[in-house]
Amino acid sequence: MAALANSFLSPESSRLKPGELSTGTTIMAVPFPGGVVLGADSRVSTGTYIANRTSDKIAQLSSKIFCCRSGSAADTQALTDYVRFYLQQWEVETGRNATVKVAAHLMRKICYQNKDNLSAGVIVGGWDEVDGGSVYNIPLGGTMIKMDCAIGGSGSTYIYGLTDALHKPNMTKAETVAMVKKSISHAMARDGSSGGIIRTCIVDESGVEREYIPGNQLPYGP
Amino acid sequence: MASLHLNAATTAPSQHTKYPIVTGTSVLGLRYDGGVMVAADTLCSYGSMAKYKDARRIRTVGPATLLGASGEYSDFQSIMDMLEGMEQQNDNFDDGHSTDAQQTHSYLRAVMYQRRSKMNPLWNDLVVAGPNFLGLVDKIGTTYTDNFIATGFGSYLAIPILRKKWRPTMSEGEARGLLEDCLKVLFYRDCRALNRIQIAKVTEEGGAVVSEPYEIETDWSAASFATTKGGLEGDGGW
Repeated sequence: MAALANSFLSPESSRLKPGELSTGTTIMAVPFPGGVVLGADSRVSTGTYIANRTSDKIAQLSSKIFCCRSGSAADTQALTDYVRFYLQQWEVETGRNATVKVAAHLMRKICYQNKDNLSAGVIVGGWDEVDGGSVYNIPLGGTMIKMDCAIGGSGSTYIYGLTDALHKPNMTKAETVAMVKKSISHAMARDGSSGGIIRTCIVDESGVEREYIPGNQLPYGP
Repeated sequence: MASLHLNAATTAPSQHTKYPIVTGTSVLGLRYDGGVMVAADTLCSYGSMAKYKDARRIRTVGPATLLGASGEYSDFQSIMDMLEGMEQQNDNFDDGHSTDAQQTHSYLRAVMYQRRSKMNPLWNDLVVAGPNFLGLVDKIGTTYTDNFIATGFGSYLAIPILRKKWRPTMSEGEARGLLEDCLKVLFYRDCRALNRIQIAKVTEEGGAVVSEPYEIETDWSAASFATTKGGLEGDGGW
């Protein structure tokens, strides 16, 4: 049973140690002109038990930079702690607000240098004065790729087709939010390791808006 | 087949202990005043994927028996074929007899134990119900009967609730409510559960009936859903 279970799981999930908490997960981040929308489900599982159905997978790295976490809950929490610390230091030393590129690079450095010991896929997204809204996908292994529409986590496999079909460059903020919510709903409807509510975070020049959709008001499913 | 020359060094050992591919999760059963009720969701998973969302995991066997299955769906279908064949034989004999729930339970016990002894089990945990009978048969042929039964995650999450809330004098409405509550908890806490369920009942007067699937209400009002935890001042987003 274990052998089969591992063959169906993404590389992220099959590297977890038995009993380790996994943010099973569907995460997503999409930039739009002037900002970025981040979204995630809220399910944390140990095997097939839902250890936490109200978790918050969108972690804040600095005032206008966030990251979506997938893979080992412990590893991603530790990563987030380190990157927050380094970003704070960076902002003090340079006297500027951190840019998303810097945050993503820091995240990538730690993920890459510790690739043998980490099981973490993150998506860094935020707004800064230099690049506006931007999103960087950092999967297992520590590759960093700037993207127009980044999806991650075990649930993302079910929505590659949907996001390919729905995503267009330069959508409005409202269109982007709707697309993120719809896509994550579809992933949650099919992935056993994703579920609960959809949390979103919209970051633009004027600030940060955090919302959530309860599990019985999802655009699709469960 | 006789002419195949198999080189022992290059052939893998043949394996008769299979592992399940398409699986159903918990099945619940309980006795109430007037009959027995069985409940399950309508999901069959393909590993971690919620692939078949309208799977029927509770079926009637003859006029007055219910069979609910968790585990490998194809093995359940094979068991149904076997039991339906027996029913047909009963009909053909035309002597007024059919197999009742207790007899089906015993028969399934024999089948499951025999397969287990050949190291090629039918990978199911089965709930058998009749107007005055409720029992379980598992994949290795263990059997027991009780006032309430659960398989899979249900044995961890639903049984404690059933132990607390069950009464022998429960009405049909109360029994249904209790089963729905248990399935709701399972939907909250089991990765392989769905909120679309079927409830089946079997009574002396009405025989065995399985409801159409329907969605159960779920509660998302807890404060923990609304509060964000990933902020800078937090500890990491749990």
